[in-house]
Amino acid sequence: MPSRPLRTRRPPSPALAAVRDALGIPGVVLFASYVGFGSLVRESGLGLPEGLVSTATGWALPGQVALVELYAVGASIVTIALAVALTNTRLLPMVVTIMPLLRDDRAPRWWFYALAHVVAVTSWANGMRRLPALAPGDRLRWFAAYGAVLWSATMAGTAAGFFLAGLVPKPVTLGLVFLNPVYFLLLFAEDLRDRAKVLALGLGAVTGPVLHLAAPAYGLLATGLAAGTLAFLLDRILARRTRHRG
Amino acid sequence: MADSPAIWAVLAAGAAVTYAARGLGVALSGRIDPAGAVFRWVGCVAYALLAALVARMILLPVGPLQETATGQRLLAVLAALAVFYAARRSVAAGAAAGTAMMIALAWSGLSPF
Repeated sequence: MPSRPLRTRRPPSPALAAVRDALGIPGVVLFASYVGFGSLVRESGLGLPEGLVSTATGWALPGQVALVELYAVGASIVTIALAVALTNTRLLPMVVTIMPLLRDDRAPRWWFYALAHVVAVTSWANGMRRLPALAPGDRLRWFAAYGAVLWSATMAGTAAGFFLAGLVPKPVTLGLVFLNPVYFLLLFAEDLRDRAKVLALGLGAVTGPVLHLAAPAYGLLATGLAAGTLAFLLDRILARRTRHRG
Repeated sequence: MADSPAIWAVLAAGAAVTYAARGLGVALSGRIDPAGAVFRWVGCVAYALLAALVARMILLPVGPLQETATGQRLLAVLAALAVFYAARRSVAAGAAAGTAMMIALAWSGLSPF
């Protein structure tokens, strides 16, 4: 294998690289996860158009599952909107933290508002790791293509799940639905070098279920603010201590 | 319930509140210095929210996973983590192992507790 000469060659294009990146594990996982969502849609008595519109416009699985589940048990629109809003508030800090990596003065402002729609756990976690290694001028195209491929995978997964509902044995469906949280967990386990991040993840994981039991509606948001702030403060204290010692 | 027109209003409301979080994120990002303390705090909140969400999805799930036992889900997570670390931090291997373990447990009906 001629590895040396290849290293000096420029990669074909950021968009092509993104397509290749997305079509690997991230695309497969999201497709499979949305197969689970598609069958949930059908089992809840909803049609394929409803499922596809939910995926196209919501594009964040936990909020979509909450919406379909609550609708199926006859919850009011206000209850559903509140539950979805509280589940998806995480998207706000996620967008805030990825935007500086995408900053490009040549691009019109609306691009960023459009790209924000494809910020979700998978694109965010992979983007936060991948983007810093790219040239600043290539990042927008990489992220747009990456998001577009993942978005297409979720649409295809939703449709496939809808048609496969009832055909796939129940344990397999459960395994596919379970793939989503497991993949997220491993994405975070993959990169645990930053102390503040490790503290926030650990405190959030421990506090989250407890506060969820105490206050099902607001538990998630309360955890994010409390555990996140605590992690931030602890990290500062630890940083100051090492600085004093050094 | 499938032909109830309310579902479209529900979907529109869901889309609106979801995009509101994303759009607000873009609007705010221009005002926060990426090198500053506020930015770091926002990052911590994001990771805490994500960890809480994943923990909730595993321990207290909504949706189809409610049919599985907590012990089954924990065992599947352990299998995923064990294979992930054994396979030199391979996300693909870990995710496949976790899914396979969940399918096997759901199929057999076995649960540690």
